[in-house]
Amino acid sequence: MTGTLVLAADPLLSGDVGLVEVLLTLGKVLLAFGFLLVSVMLMIWFERKLLGGMHQRFGPTMAGPFGILQTLADGIKLFFKEDLVPDRSDRFVFKLAPYLSLIPAFLAFAIVPLGGDFNSGGSVELFGRTTFLQVADPPVGILWFLAMSSLAVYGVMLAGWSSGSKYPLLGSVRASAQMVSYEAALGLAVASVVLIAGSLSTHDMVLAQAAEGYFGVIPRWNVIVTGLVPFIVFVIAGTAELNRPPFDLVEAEQELVGGFHTEYSSIRFALFFLAEFMNTITMSAVIVTLFFGGPAGPVLIGELAGFDIGWAWGLLWFFLKLFVMLFVFVWMRATLPRFRYDQLMDLGWKALTPVALGWFLFLAALETGRQRDWNEAAITVLSLLVIAAATALLVRAVRNGRRAAADAAAAEQVEHAEHAETVGERS
Amino acid sequence: MSEFLRTYLTVGIFGAVGVGLVAALLGVGRILRPSRPTPAKVENYESGVDPVGDMWSQANIRYYVFALLFVLFDVEAVFIFPWAARLEDYGLFGLVEMAIFIFILLLGLLYAWRKRMLRWV
Repeated sequence: MTGTLVLAADPLLSGDVGLVEVLLTLGKVLLAFGFLLVSVMLMIWFERKLLGGMHQRFGPTMAGPFGILQTLADGIKLFFKEDLVPDRSDRFVFKLAPYLSLIPAFLAFAIVPLGGDFNSGGSVELFGRTTFLQVADPPVGILWFLAMSSLAVYGVMLAGWSSGSKYPLLGSVRASAQMVSYEAALGLAVASVVLIAGSLSTHDMVLAQAAEGYFGVIPRWNVIVTGLVPFIVFVIAGTAELNRPPFDLVEAEQELVGGFHTEYSSIRFALFFLAEFMNTITMSAVIVTLFFGGPAGPVLIGELAGFDIGWAWGLLWFFLKLFVMLFVFVWMRATLPRFRYDQLMDLGWKALTPVALGWFLFLAALETGRQRDWNEAAITVLSLLVIAAATALLVRAVRNGRRAAADAAAAEQVEHAEHAETVGERS
Repeated sequence: MSEFLRTYLTVGIFGAVGVGLVAALLGVGRILRPSRPTPAKVENYESGVDPVGDMWSQANIRYYVFALLFVLFDVEAVFIFPWAARLEDYGLFGLVEMAIFIFILLLGLLYAWRKRMLRWV
């Protein structure tokens, strides 16, 4: 039981904890914080600029070079705005909700490995201590991220409910139903990766992906090893979890004004906004960690002026991959029209969840077979046959259900017509 | 202190810094912003007209049904994750066991589907 778990833990905290360890931990925490806040600022600017480009307009241009300080200007402006708490709201919960929204967004980021040379273990030597370049590597690993993204539902739900107003309430019930619906698919996609990596720790996952690839050129990233399906499921479910377009029914402006934060103003509104973009960055970082090898990548120049800079390459690769993922999120926003609510629910429950479950079992069968040297081709064919049979059964069952429903509807209509006739006769 | 607790201590520090930041932002806002409430300002927003009816209007029961369905799949995660992390130890026995478990689970989803609980009308 303990084998992997002990390996997973950060070596910094395994010995005696002295002043250096505490300071290092604090330094890491503050660095991660600084990184998050700065990247949120840049992300908002990046998104607006990119959307502007895709819409054939300029985006922000006035504040700073290329409008890069626009977010800062907006943030400062919000400090000077009057903070209104609606009379009909539940005041305590109304003030608590921004905390519930922002704190999980921060905490989820704690498990993301930011850098390090994963060709040689991924740990970094700082001030004579060995440590990982990630805030924490708890034994629950990736489950921590799932737990935090579940907690974020509370912030949204309570914000909408406590406003005591109609638009926010509708937005918040939509949000919670949507987020829990996609959570199942999200968890199953993560489970597929856990299956392959054999560990919950994000550090171990990256380590496994840093291993020798195929034919010397194709990296051993999970997006390939797990066969693309979990990745697609994760990106779709993740977008829905973030309430980003095309799944932004929570704050569909044409229907719900601002959704759950309609009644929020001033800095409280800014906190929700911050949480939303922080979640986007964390989600992209987790996608990079789970499917694209996180900071793992080649070390091109191992030494510079006598210093070992192997770990800095990890940082570089991580940021490059993160940047690509963020671009994809903005791209989706600019390209795809919003889903209708029933389409959204259908996609979550009828498509993503069954597909993720089926693929998960398929991977488990393959992996079990690999461990006992069965014929891989035979397992693949057999598993695909089982999946095909299950799909056929499912389709059949649903079709029968639809026919029964149609019959019932038809019968009801006949009844209606008869009823109308009798009423007509009577009058 | 055990290693287990120490790892979470880091997370705790991280969380504390987060709470501190939110509190600081709200505190700075409190000092800087004006406060001149009028009755019209603290009314609910309903596209410009006076608010109508009860503040907590009714929500569709279907949202609740989805929450119930979610419990089905969330409990499943409790079993799936430990098994997925230690696949080798459970081997073939575990695989068959998990296949049966997921099959039963899918039956539950199929039941809801056939009962037209997944339809949004």
